Amino acid sequence: MTKDYLIERNGKKYEVVIGLEVHAQVLSESKLFSTSPTKFGSEPNTQVSLVDAAFPGMLPVINEFCIKQAIKTGIGLNAKINNKSIFDRKNYFYADLPQGYQISQYKDPIVGEGNVVVDLASGSKIIGIERLHLEQDAGKSIHDIDPKNTLVDLNRSGVALMEIVSKPDLRSPEEVNFYIKKLRSIMRYLGTCDGNMQEGSLRADVNVSVRKQGDDKYGTRCEIKNVNSIKFMQMAIEYEANRQVDILEEGGKIDQETRLFDTKKNVTRSMRSKEDAHDYRYFPDPDLLPLEFSDEYVENIKKEIPELPDQKKSRFIEKFNLSPYEANILVSDLDISKYFEAVIENSDVKLSSNWITGELFALLNEKNLEITESPISAKNLSKLINLIKDGTISGKIAKTVFEMMAEGDKNPIEIVKEKGLKQQSDPKELEKLIEKVINDNQDTVKEYKSGKEKLFGFFVGQAMKVSGGKANPQLVNEILKKKLK
Amino acid sequence: MSNITDLSLSELVSNIKNKKLSSHDVTSEYVKRSKKSKNLNTYIEETFEAALKKAKEFDSKPDLNKKLPGIPMAIKDLFCTKNVKTTASSKILNNFIPTYESTVTQNLWNDGAILLGKLNCDEFAMGSSNETSYFGNVISPIDKDLVPGGSSGGSASALAAKLTPATIGTDTGGSIRQPASFTGTVGLKPTYGSCSRYGIVAFASSLDQAGPMTRNVNDAALLLEVMSSFDNKDSTSVDFKRPMYSKDLSKDIKGKKIGIPKEYRVDGMSEEIEKLWEDGKNYLKDCGAEIIDVSLPHTKFALPTYYIVAPAEASSNLARYDGVKYGFRTEGNNLIDMYEKTRSAGFGDEVKRRIMIGTYVLSSGYYDAYYLKAQKVRRLIKNDFNNIFQKVDAILTPSTPSSAFKIGDKSNDPVSMYLNDIFTVPVNLAGLPGISIPAGLDKKGYPLGLQIIGKSFDEQNILNIAYSMEDKINFKFNLKEWWMND
Repeated sequence: MTKDYLIERNGKKYEVVIGLEVHAQVLSESKLFSTSPTKFGSEPNTQVSLVDAAFPGMLPVINEFCIKQAIKTGIGLNAKINNKSIFDRKNYFYADLPQGYQISQYKDPIVGEGNVVVDLASGSKIIGIERLHLEQDAGKSIHDIDPKNTLVDLNRSGVALMEIVSKPDLRSPEEVNFYIKKLRSIMRYLGTCDGNMQEGSLRADVNVSVRKQGDDKYGTRCEIKNVNSIKFMQMAIEYEANRQVDILEEGGKIDQETRLFDTKKNVTRSMRSKEDAHDYRYFPDPDLLPLEFSDEYVENIKKEIPELPDQKKSRFIEKFNLSPYEANILVSDLDISKYFEAVIENSDVKLSSNWITGELFALLNEKNLEITESPISAKNLSKLINLIKDGTISGKIAKTVFEMMAEGDKNPIEIVKEKGLKQQSDPKELEKLIEKVINDNQDTVKEYKSGKEKLFGFFVGQAMKVSGGKANPQLVNEILKKKLK
Repeated sequence: MSNITDLSLSELVSNIKNKKLSSHDVTSEYVKRSKKSKNLNTYIEETFEAALKKAKEFDSKPDLNKKLPGIPMAIKDLFCTKNVKTTASSKILNNFIPTYESTVTQNLWNDGAILLGKLNCDEFAMGSSNETSYFGNVISPIDKDLVPGGSSGGSASALAAKLTPATIGTDTGGSIRQPASFTGTVGLKPTYGSCSRYGIVAFASSLDQAGPMTRNVNDAALLLEVMSSFDNKDSTSVDFKRPMYSKDLSKDIKGKKIGIPKEYRVDGMSEEIEKLWEDGKNYLKDCGAEIIDVSLPHTKFALPTYYIVAPAEASSNLARYDGVKYGFRTEGNNLIDMYEKTRSAGFGDEVKRRIMIGTYVLSSGYYDAYYLKAQKVRRLIKNDFNNIFQKVDAILTPSTPSSAFKIGDKSNDPVSMYLNDIFTVPVNLAGLPGISIPAGLDKKGYPLGLQIIGKSFDEQNILNIAYSMEDKINFKFNLKEWWMND
């Protein structure tokens, strides 16, 4: 059990209570209510239909694929799928909101309560999900190109978002980190959101409150809007929780308000108070009928659900005898799990796990690459592992071969052949070699025999050196033991 | 042959099909007459030259299988027309030229019709007298100081004055049927979901419905047949088997049960209207129909319900007119300032009034008391009709509580203006079809209409009833062409 995340002031301990509203962009070719494409990074205002730009008389038509994606995500969150849900209009004026309202779901979301199992260093924790609903993304206002005017890019206007609202079950920045990662992992397994935070496909509003340890009533919360990286979320929480504790310790009270995280100064700033909160005048969108589907429809979608991280983890532990820790690392990312499963198709599981989480991750880290960009293919890593397993090369030589493989995904079998790195495993050859080592070092032999048993390592080292590192270390050990008796 | 402009739509169609008339013959006559009729202020945008050109093109290669072969038609300026200015009679859209066509108008053009121009209406279809238009009020050809009704006032006036052989309007609370009644013409509001709303400038999405406005019932049936289609661009469009309304039109209504709702006998209703209604019943009996007294107990709540639901939806639908993307803009010091200046200058008083009412009834703290309550009452009103339609095939009511009123009479009294819609509004709330047909004249010699309300998607039935009544009523109005310039 790791220590609880608590803020201490004047001998008092405060607990931090966090709830997240994650906005996950639905992975979909076209927008939620129009047929415009959703490709990220296109020229401004090139992916905009008349519906997206809210021209007179234009009407929204639901994109069924987005509905399926939301249902899939709901299933992945072990959540209740609502057979009837309603699209509402959330009314407010902004330059990048062409309709003057966002189509969202208010009282009747498509997905109800569910949960996510988060794997912390201290063990698993279940985080409750309040709901998931579908809504339109807004466009982008750009304030820093033209000195006088704000420019508007509507490419993102109308792209489907899933808002996933957690219960206030998170208690530390670390838990938030693991929660977001798990959520992202589930959605990537499902193919419902690419989870790319740099491109804004995943962002969150963070609700933070504090209370004295042991209190059962929640404190007043502040909502930090639109934070777009896990690091910023953690920094924002840390700052905000401390700010609130300071206020309470000074005898003040927390105002419920919306705040912004300033990523330059690493502080949160007030954006608007509760009194200034928008009255969004939600009402059911009369342009859209209630969204209804049958249980059978959901059952059919369930059939398309792939193995999810939690199930995969259990399978890895049971079938391959991996530790929960190893299994966690290997399933956390869909692409890593795919890579792993490709390697073990023809190779030893334990060695594969070690090599992937050890050498390969170190290499990727060093080169700042994703596993999908790995310079070593699963196929060639599998070959390398087989060379180790069948004794063709030693683990040490394998590291050299691995380094060579990294330069252009070379076949390890070829490398071993070319460079003559094959392990010397012929006992007769090795015996000759060892005899030479013993003969050349008679003084040390005497010392060893007189009781300095530590010197055994010296002989191993010499034997390896003479063999150019190729001697099978296990055999060298065995022979040496015999000869030095 | 009588004057081309005296012919009904159906007569023109058969004359063109029989090659007795060309599209150009017809179009040029209507253009000529329209040009002489500027005093009525019916047109916002004239596309006469383009129409004449299209008529010639049609004649050079006439496709006589079309249902509206080369028929010129002016339409309400609420329908978006590709490359033709579409304003909804508002300053805020006074420079707006759509790059797209509404489904309903596209259906007309696909079936051979030719656009003559865009007709005046109340701003964003909000009004019952066509006095709220940014382009000025429309005058009724019935008499020079009379309103034509609204919001499809330009359509009704142009139709009655024979500036177009037929036209289309939209009806949110009576905007087709009330002006039809005021001008002695036929106006049909179809069942909600029959005609696509795609490309129609939205007023109140759950109530808006396009429909035909014509000189007789046969024409209405023909035009509805062309207008109505299932459209996957409108999520509320209904995919049902659409009859051949004009082909299936029949005067056989023997044994039909017609309900007379007692709640429509409102306080202060004039004797003339009473008599009109009574006559209507007798005509129906003459045709072999059975008259049954019925009750629609929640009728009295319809008007207040409507004036909550419609403004609520409008307040949200009109949020897009913000000066950012298209239409009229007044520059401001910042975004909010620009919004305020643009919308203050761009919208007229009635539109602002309804945006404010709508914003209020949706506000937190008021939502339950107004909007939610209104939705519940709307359900009760629907249920009233559903119950009645277990017993009767259609309902007969007056179209309006009075004949057309004078210009300026009610423009400063919104509530008395709203009361004009008392008989038409329940039909929109229930999503039902209703048709107004001219049924007589009042003491002043102004037209009065009767309304027939039907079951959902039972347009054929109310058209048949209207068709047989039309015959018995034999409505005549001696149009004096007082407004014409040479």
